[in-house]
Amino acid sequence: MISRRQILKSIGMTAAASSLPGLAFANAGTDARFVLVVLRGAVDGLALAPPYGDGNYTRVRGELALSSPGSSNGAHKLDGLFGLHPSLPTVGKLYDSGAATIVHAVASPYRARSHFDGQDLLENGATRVGALRDGWLNRALLPLGGSVGDEQAIALAQNTPLVLRGDNSVTSWAPSQLPDADDSTIARLQRLYADDEFFSVRLEQALRSQDIAGSDMASRGGRGNEARQFAELMTSAAKFLTTANGPRVAVVELGGWDTHANQGAENGALANRFAALDTGLANLKTGLGDRWADTAVLVVTEFGRTVRVNGTRGTDHGTATAAMLLGGAVNGGNVVADWPGLRDSNLYAGRDLMPTTDLRSVFKGVLAEHLDLDPAYLNSRVFPDSGDAPPMRDLIRT
Amino acid sequence: MNKAVIAASRFGLGARPGDLTRIERNPETWLLDQLAGPARLPREIRSLPDSADVLVEVQDVRREQREARNADEDIVMRYGQLVRRHYIDQANARYVVAAETEHPFHERLVHFWSNHFAISADKQPVPAIAGLFENEAIRPNVAGKFFDLLMAVEQHPAMIVYLDNQRSIGPGSQLGKRANRRRSDQQFGLNENLAREILELHTLGVDGGYSQQDVTTFAKVITGWSIGGANERGRFADGDPGKFEFRELIHEPGRQTMLGKTYRQSGVAQGEAVLEDLAVHPSTARFISTKLARHFVADEPPAKLVDRMTATFLETGGDLPAVYESMVTAPESWVQQFAKYKTPHDFVVSSLRAFKHTPDNPRFIIGALDLMGQAPWRPGSPAGWPDTAEAWGGADALYKRIEWSNTVARVVGSRVNPVDLGSAVLDDAFNPETRKAVSRAESLSQGMTLFLASPDFQRR
Repeated sequence: MISRRQILKSIGMTAAASSLPGLAFANAGTDARFVLVVLRGAVDGLALAPPYGDGNYTRVRGELALSSPGSSNGAHKLDGLFGLHPSLPTVGKLYDSGAATIVHAVASPYRARSHFDGQDLLENGATRVGALRDGWLNRALLPLGGSVGDEQAIALAQNTPLVLRGDNSVTSWAPSQLPDADDSTIARLQRLYADDEFFSVRLEQALRSQDIAGSDMASRGGRGNEARQFAELMTSAAKFLTTANGPRVAVVELGGWDTHANQGAENGALANRFAALDTGLANLKTGLGDRWADTAVLVVTEFGRTVRVNGTRGTDHGTATAAMLLGGAVNGGNVVADWPGLRDSNLYAGRDLMPTTDLRSVFKGVLAEHLDLDPAYLNSRVFPDSGDAPPMRDLIRT
Repeated sequence: MNKAVIAASRFGLGARPGDLTRIERNPETWLLDQLAGPARLPREIRSLPDSADVLVEVQDVRREQREARNADEDIVMRYGQLVRRHYIDQANARYVVAAETEHPFHERLVHFWSNHFAISADKQPVPAIAGLFENEAIRPNVAGKFFDLLMAVEQHPAMIVYLDNQRSIGPGSQLGKRANRRRSDQQFGLNENLAREILELHTLGVDGGYSQQDVTTFAKVITGWSIGGANERGRFADGDPGKFEFRELIHEPGRQTMLGKTYRQSGVAQGEAVLEDLAVHPSTARFISTKLARHFVADEPPAKLVDRMTATFLETGGDLPAVYESMVTAPESWVQQFAKYKTPHDFVVSSLRAFKHTPDNPRFIIGALDLMGQAPWRPGSPAGWPDTAEAWGGADALYKRIEWSNTVARVVGSRVNPVDLGSAVLDDAFNPETRKAVSRAESLSQGMTLFLASPDFQRR
């Protein structure tokens, strides 16, 4: 099938930018696929991966404590200390097959408790809020090239989240139920936009995504609740990542983790959210097919939640939490944690899980081993001032 | 650039054909006169129900749901339909008013403040009351003192349920002490959600100089700020159902010290005294002025402009019309280039105004905004929608605008000449190149698509 963009090119109507040769990915020399899942709202790491073997766990968690592995609807056993929330069965299976790693007691350098500042630091890769206006994943992709029409990365969203914003050309896509504009109208808009870079670049990117997405995806994911939309977006992400000369990196977001009230344990609001996440991850794996073997999926959030239950059967904003790394390329089957413990005296500021691992070490480890990025470049450009957070090793299979 | 175009696009909601001739005489006066204007509520808004009635209605269905042991599909459906009906009615009223109003500066301020004090319709039961919150707490207070606006917002039931404050219980309150003696497995206590967001998002701003201790203390101060009538579990029968109710029973007693000041008041007065101080705090003055200037003038607002607005805010004790006036009369506010990339909301509203088209199917508007990433009252967090081009400049989002322009142009485009329309609503901001492209379109409807999707129309 001839794509819309090819038609437009053949009649000489594309903007100058899109006539660049599409060799960027060929030069990247890697088949690696990387998916970053950003969970917005602060995920409770003690619910994601409950430290059931910590003698204080049941006491401090009260009604939010999950049952130990082995009991009915209990946590899935990861090791002698940690379990996994029972609503994450796909992750559990991956873990058992050595394709998932859980990193616990992890935090970005951010130590206050604002979602918005926390997400800013999670995404800009700096040590101060607002210190950088572009995202670490965008900077990380610069050595791999990428240009308008040949983007390395895609945000599965209408707009690009901070982590992917920056000088490197990236694109975005989300499903639509509106009828396409006809090719003549698009061609005229390309000419109308030619002198305005803001518009021309974006239109070129959007057209390429339309080509990949095709009509079968056009209506996917736009309907239903957010959980279902996420699951379908993950299927779409897989389609983009398996397209020849398509993007190799995708960012997907899921909100709804800010469980201040009635959080629930085995069942309830948070459990439902985990289930939605799990379905999305399963869809991604299925959609990637053989490419799964080259894939690493990193699931992160801005910070954790209070260790103790608050007055409304939920948890308030905290500090350290858990992150997950999954995929065929992952050297997993283990929990990475310098476990700080849950005794009152072990808690950060007397209330939160103490951070003992810097999330930037995880980012750097994945970027270095999975996308073959030079550690010196990671230190100087991608995560400035991160010398005290060395790349975590052996996260990816060799 | 014609000053009337700037007034209509940057400060208003976009010109309707005919507007510019009226504005031209004195654009600044045209703007400022609107602040004294709309004491009467538009008809569409007056015909909406009270939030108290809707809250009670919604809670009744929820309670029924809870009591029906086997989650009866009918009741679940009924709840969804009820909430959706209210949401659509309210969104419809909002966009009809936005499309037709003679006071677009005032209306833009309503939308600005509604977003500043965002409650997000992705949490129940917010979709049923988000528009009512805007009309009851925001709309009557956008042209008064900031303190009055702040009070109306923080004591509105929609804000209280959105940020969980009705569930927050003072550990030293009568009920807190009793409950915690009786049950040891579950502690009743504070929920700091509302307290934190008031400080971080509504007043001082995240760098405004408060600590975690201040958040916790403030959470204690406002325990008891609740809603009257039985809750969904059937507890608490007192107070006017669905209205603000102060519940002494769960209020943390005693004096509290926060932000370096001790508050000795008791009951609801203690929280009100804190809000009074927050409303005129220098950090608040700067935070609000910066947000206003960013919204109206530029993503990176000129420092001089922000300084002047901040000074006015402080001198007048947070008199909002004075702050608006210092913005509208500042030369920095009238730069000759459109500096702002319209948000989807701006884009859709200004299109409707250009067409003089009142949407007859509200779902079309809601659906369009959802597709472009800005569903009405659903920013997804209490921080509200972002206000910069980089946040809205996704490639896909632009493509959705083009698709929508194309769709809407097919509906109304054949009735209007797009070249005339462009001149009528953009005057000399209608670039000659754009005019040429529009006039050479193969059909009126294609011309309309090109006009709506043009950079000229997508900036303000």
